[in-house]
Amino acid sequence: MLVYILRRLPQTLLVIFGVTLVTFIALQIGGDPTYLFVSERASPEEIIATRIKLGFDRPLYIQYFSYLKNLLFFDFGDSLYFRQPAMKVIFETLPATIELTVFSMLIAVFGSIPFGIYAAINRGKWLDGTLMAIAMLGQSIPNFWLGIMCILYISLNISWLPISGHVPFLMPIFQGDFIQGIKNFPTTVTYLLLPSFAVAFYSLSRNARLVRSSMLEVLSQDYVRTARAKGLTEYTVVMRHAMRNAWLPVVTIIGLEFGFMLSGVVVVEVIFAWPGLGRTVFDAIAHRDIPLVQASVVVISLFVIIINLITDLIYAKLDPRIKL
Amino acid sequence: MNTLEIKNEKSNNFKYIKNFFLSLFKNKWAFGSLIWLLIIVNVAIFASKIVPHDPNRNNIIERVAPPLTTDKDGNIKYLIGSDALGRDAFSRLIYGAQVSLTVGFAAVFIGGLIGISLGVYAGFYGRWIDDIVMRLADIQLAFPFILLAILFLVVLGEGLVNLILVLGIGQWVTYARIARAQTIAQKQKEYVEAAKALGVSDFSIMFQSILPNIFAPLIVIASFNVASVILAEAALSFLGLGVPPQVPTWGSMLAESRDHIFARRWWLPFFPGMAILLTVLAFNIIGDWLRDYLDPRLKEVE
Repeated sequence: MLVYILRRLPQTLLVIFGVTLVTFIALQIGGDPTYLFVSERASPEEIIATRIKLGFDRPLYIQYFSYLKNLLFFDFGDSLYFRQPAMKVIFETLPATIELTVFSMLIAVFGSIPFGIYAAINRGKWLDGTLMAIAMLGQSIPNFWLGIMCILYISLNISWLPISGHVPFLMPIFQGDFIQGIKNFPTTVTYLLLPSFAVAFYSLSRNARLVRSSMLEVLSQDYVRTARAKGLTEYTVVMRHAMRNAWLPVVTIIGLEFGFMLSGVVVVEVIFAWPGLGRTVFDAIAHRDIPLVQASVVVISLFVIIINLITDLIYAKLDPRIKL
Repeated sequence: MNTLEIKNEKSNNFKYIKNFFLSLFKNKWAFGSLIWLLIIVNVAIFASKIVPHDPNRNNIIERVAPPLTTDKDGNIKYLIGSDALGRDAFSRLIYGAQVSLTVGFAAVFIGGLIGISLGVYAGFYGRWIDDIVMRLADIQLAFPFILLAILFLVVLGEGLVNLILVLGIGQWVTYARIARAQTIAQKQKEYVEAAKALGVSDFSIMFQSILPNIFAPLIVIASFNVASVILAEAALSFLGLGVPPQVPTWGSMLAESRDHIFARRWWLPFFPGMAILLTVLAFNIIGDWLRDYLDPRLKEVE
């Protein structure tokens, strides 16, 4: 395992380096970044003062190194709109986003497995056809529209679930108040259901198709035939023998999925008034709050990279064919 | 080459095209999708001729009119209602097709161009070119794409060209990876060696001999990709990061409808969402069909 981690580490470091470089370049690409930090009516003197204050008068490579140095200390400068460190704003909103992302992830992974297996063992029948049609639809629905429609029909028309809002679960726990967090949990989940369904439906559909085709492939293999020939019940064959190999492809893409899901969360949070990072990014866009957008992108990307690394390691553990 | 061979080749081509369309007609979903896309493309091209109203004309008195609102004489005035400023939703929907399709096709073209060129180069030459291209791909895959697009669009400012460039550059990785893998597989075949022995330039080998042979999977990817670019464009427009606000797009219509959810003005979000859904669905279905058609081996697995 250690060897695998050591082999994987330089690659991860390179990617992190790339992330910092790209986010640095993004700021420079529109010309002098000073103009992004001053108001439109700023006088030339003000502009020069801001440029010197923010260090944009220095050579680019020096700016980049000081950017890197600040990154090490999680310092992204102050949010222009909130007038406090961008990092502070992000850490305040991150727990709500993690709740939504993880819950969506659970739906997407654990929902897709029965979905796909059910379709696979009914291959060619109408059930398979219907499930796959739903999966096709799921890959074509804009997640934020799905969110709007859920609010309209599930919350407003039949009032099953709350329309929008958020009850914190992770925040009290991070602050050390476990009991409050656990007390909140059931309400948290009712608020989570609709937004996480809107986020997860796309991935759920894609994974279901993946599980189905990998299940079909596994079911045609010799060892499954042997298991059937031994007289095992179909249930045991599918659930114990075939399943182990059938859901490996889903594990592989969980890492990539996570990044994709975070992108979905950003948009869906806006609809459900979810007080997470996505809403913050949305507000930051509206106020052209560049440091906050930049900081959010870096934080989320680093998050995704770490998750990717972890899933790779889990995969290596699950699949003994990968020699460490 | 004598006349007979040329004739044969032509009739083979004809047969190939005939088979293609026969298979397309037989699959009713794929055929229906194609028809829908043809309609949408034509609607986008002739938008100015078919809209019932000017999409930007305000009419505060007739704001948020429900669908099938009629005028005094009983003729339908607002087929799918009007928005908060009293603009005709149907006309805006029609113009919205222009942005979605333009961005979809243009971004995929740019992404494909960059990705395929880099992928073929990387696969053909290997070594350090390969290393650099593939590490770049890794880095890009580490970013949640929408966020990267948000960052660049906030800095660059809104506009159709910026939108297309950002979305296009975001797509190159998929093409590069597939083009590279396919090129590596083709590189060892006899026809490449023959071309090399004949002294054909590397460039010609790559783009005249190898490329046509690896084009099938790339076309399949492109079809799915148009679908995902249209979704991404809608999401960015929804966040207010697309084309300027006065240009109607499906995504921005959805964004404007957000304030009307609680008033249950369902038609405001419903129709633009349906337009996106059906168009994206059509590209996905055609992509599925193309994949099965071009590579029957995959069909057995599916």
